[in-house]
Amino acid sequence: MIAPPNKRSMTLPAAHTPDRSAPTANQQGALPPGVSPTAGPPPIEVHDMTVAYHRKPVLWDIDLVVPPGKLVGIVGPNGAGKSTLIKAILGLVPLASGKVEIFGRPYAQQRHLVGYVPQRETVDWDFPVTAFDVVLMGTYGRLGWFLRPNARERQRAAEVLEQVGMSAYADRQIRQLSGGQQQRVFLARALAQDAQIYFMDEPFSGVDAATEQAIVELLQTLRSTGKTVLVVHHELQTVRQYFDHVILLNMRLVAAGPTSTTFTTENLQTTYGGRLTILDQAAEALRRGEGAP
Amino acid sequence: MSGLTLTVLAGSALLGCASGVVGAFSILRRRALMGDLLSHAALPGICLAFLYAAGERDYHTLLAGAFLTGVLGVALVTFVCRWTRTKEDAAIGIVLSTFFGGGIVLSAIIQKLPGGRVAGLERYIYGQAANMSRGDVQTIAIVSVAAILVVLLLYKEFKLFSFDAGFARAQGWPTLALDLTMMSVLSLVAVVGVKTVGVLLVPALLIIPGATARFWTNRLGLMLFLAAVIGACMGAAGTLISAGLLTDWLGFDPLAFGRNRAPLPTGPIIVLSGTALFLLSLAIAPERGILSRLLALVRLRRRTAQENLYRTLYELSEPRLPELPVVPLPALAAERSWSPRQLSSLLKTADRAGLIARAPDGVRLTPAGLLSAAAITRAHRLWELYLIQGANIATDHVDRDADSIEHLLPPEIVDALAAELARRGRLPGAPAAVPSSPHLLPAQTHPANPQHA
Repeated sequence: MIAPPNKRSMTLPAAHTPDRSAPTANQQGALPPGVSPTAGPPPIEVHDMTVAYHRKPVLWDIDLVVPPGKLVGIVGPNGAGKSTLIKAILGLVPLASGKVEIFGRPYAQQRHLVGYVPQRETVDWDFPVTAFDVVLMGTYGRLGWFLRPNARERQRAAEVLEQVGMSAYADRQIRQLSGGQQQRVFLARALAQDAQIYFMDEPFSGVDAATEQAIVELLQTLRSTGKTVLVVHHELQTVRQYFDHVILLNMRLVAAGPTSTTFTTENLQTTYGGRLTILDQAAEALRRGEGAP
Repeated sequence: MSGLTLTVLAGSALLGCASGVVGAFSILRRRALMGDLLSHAALPGICLAFLYAAGERDYHTLLAGAFLTGVLGVALVTFVCRWTRTKEDAAIGIVLSTFFGGGIVLSAIIQKLPGGRVAGLERYIYGQAANMSRGDVQTIAIVSVAAILVVLLLYKEFKLFSFDAGFARAQGWPTLALDLTMMSVLSLVAVVGVKTVGVLLVPALLIIPGATARFWTNRLGLMLFLAAVIGACMGAAGTLISAGLLTDWLGFDPLAFGRNRAPLPTGPIIVLSGTALFLLSLAIAPERGILSRLLALVRLRRRTAQENLYRTLYELSEPRLPELPVVPLPALAAERSWSPRQLSSLLKTADRAGLIARAPDGVRLTPAGLLSAAAITRAHRLWELYLIQGANIATDHVDRDADSIEHLLPPEIVDALAAELARRGRLPGAPAAVPSSPHLLPAQTHPANPQHA
């Protein structure tokens, strides 16, 4: 099927307009015109992307297509450019070359389809806002300039807080939350964006086991409703268990594809340049011995 | 009160109000030093504008000059940070003193020019609120109201951008434009403030209200409102005090030393009034204030000492339970190295609570005392067991100081601990009973001894 041009996003001046004010009828879950989880352009398509900080390249020649409805782990050693990949796709760091398309269009036109969970350390948690305030920020993009969040946005914020099990903490100043709770708040804020694609930068770092489990379940729920989720991930041990698709990265794209065929010891050794610890290798061997997927 | 004082009063209060609001955002973005930079970098602009206008002391020309060099200073800092490895605070220090030095040299040159003596440029260094004219107040009013309106209009955008600029950008907000808007508003307010409180004191006017307001609230909206009120109070109090209000009230001048009757300078008094409010907040604010923190600490200490008493009594009585034996005082004191005074004060509290009973040669737990002593001991031992076996429960609920934690465990967490330990088969006895001390278990050969008391 041929996608009709999305008139609303076409008529908006792209650069200076935050996410369009969504029409009331087109709510979360509903795909934009021309976007279906099975046909049409893929959620994320990266061509020939190179990113450099102060002239030092961090990512080289990345070519990547992410299929819809997948839970994708971005895996690689420290300094491999995992976060940078996300930030480059989101336009937070300039591309030295290449281009990024979200459902077949430039990101600037598709922001309303994208939710983002930054690393927890990037903000000042002493900031005078409550958990609820932070979650409400997820709806700001849809609101556009000058408008204040209304009953509808507040209700959505309450819903997603409930979804991450944080309703009881809505009125807490965010410093008074534990690391895991702060991460849940960030997650809820992304959910409030009502997106089709979610980017999460190390959502499991510094959280307790219970929160990690809760987050994983939430990610699986998102996938089951057709969303695409990209997660920067550190723990090799849990990759197989959490993700059905992986992107192995070490400044270059080492491999990308279904976890079962891509997350191999060979690929991992290429990614980690032989730095894969014995422990990791042993864990891998054990898994294969158990006949894991 | 004369009409002139009223004018000055209105001007200073409005200025304080606007500075408080825009300054609060710069504090939250950890860019409080920007105010310093702006005001110091404004000085050469004022001098240049004076030279350019050939000695005309048109207020607005001078303001324009101040604004331009102020913004130039900010731009320079940004440039230096981006293109060299200089850190922002160092860059601010360099640019600020360079501009201020340049300004002083320029003003010295101006003083020597024919007619330069009347320029009165030093007013801009030290400020001269008392000489505010109606026109000055009008300018202040326009700028202040405009600044507050911008913040009100862009409240949501500023809030998001100040909290999480990366997220704001990903959501599509033009963060550079927001940053520039915020900086321009700050610059305008700073520049207008220069004539009132002076280059050297403008930063205080920008920083003190916001920093003071932060003590009282965890909500951004309320913080901005309080900063506005505090700023206005600073301005008003400074003006009134320097206009002799205190003297009128008291019937004598408390600030006149000897026979010196010179009026006090308004700018510094404005700042000092702010400092007084800041110190007051620092001391008495709930939650963030020093007193309330001290109080919480003292309460915790007391509670800890009390609980330690019950636990020690329980442990000393334990071999003979359910009988409630008399525990001799020396034995009790020896367990915890309590001084006789400490012990007697602890016992007095416990006695009043009806948890212990005195005996001729010591004390014993009352039945009620046994109940709470058992609960405390149970919590303590469960916590110890838990630590010994390697913590693996949600640290969520227990991110307090490790030393005080067992005294703060709410009952539901204690029960969760018991359930968890029972599940792992590590809990001797029934989950609701007091477990025997882990120090008597074989597990105690473990080197990590959590005993800290």
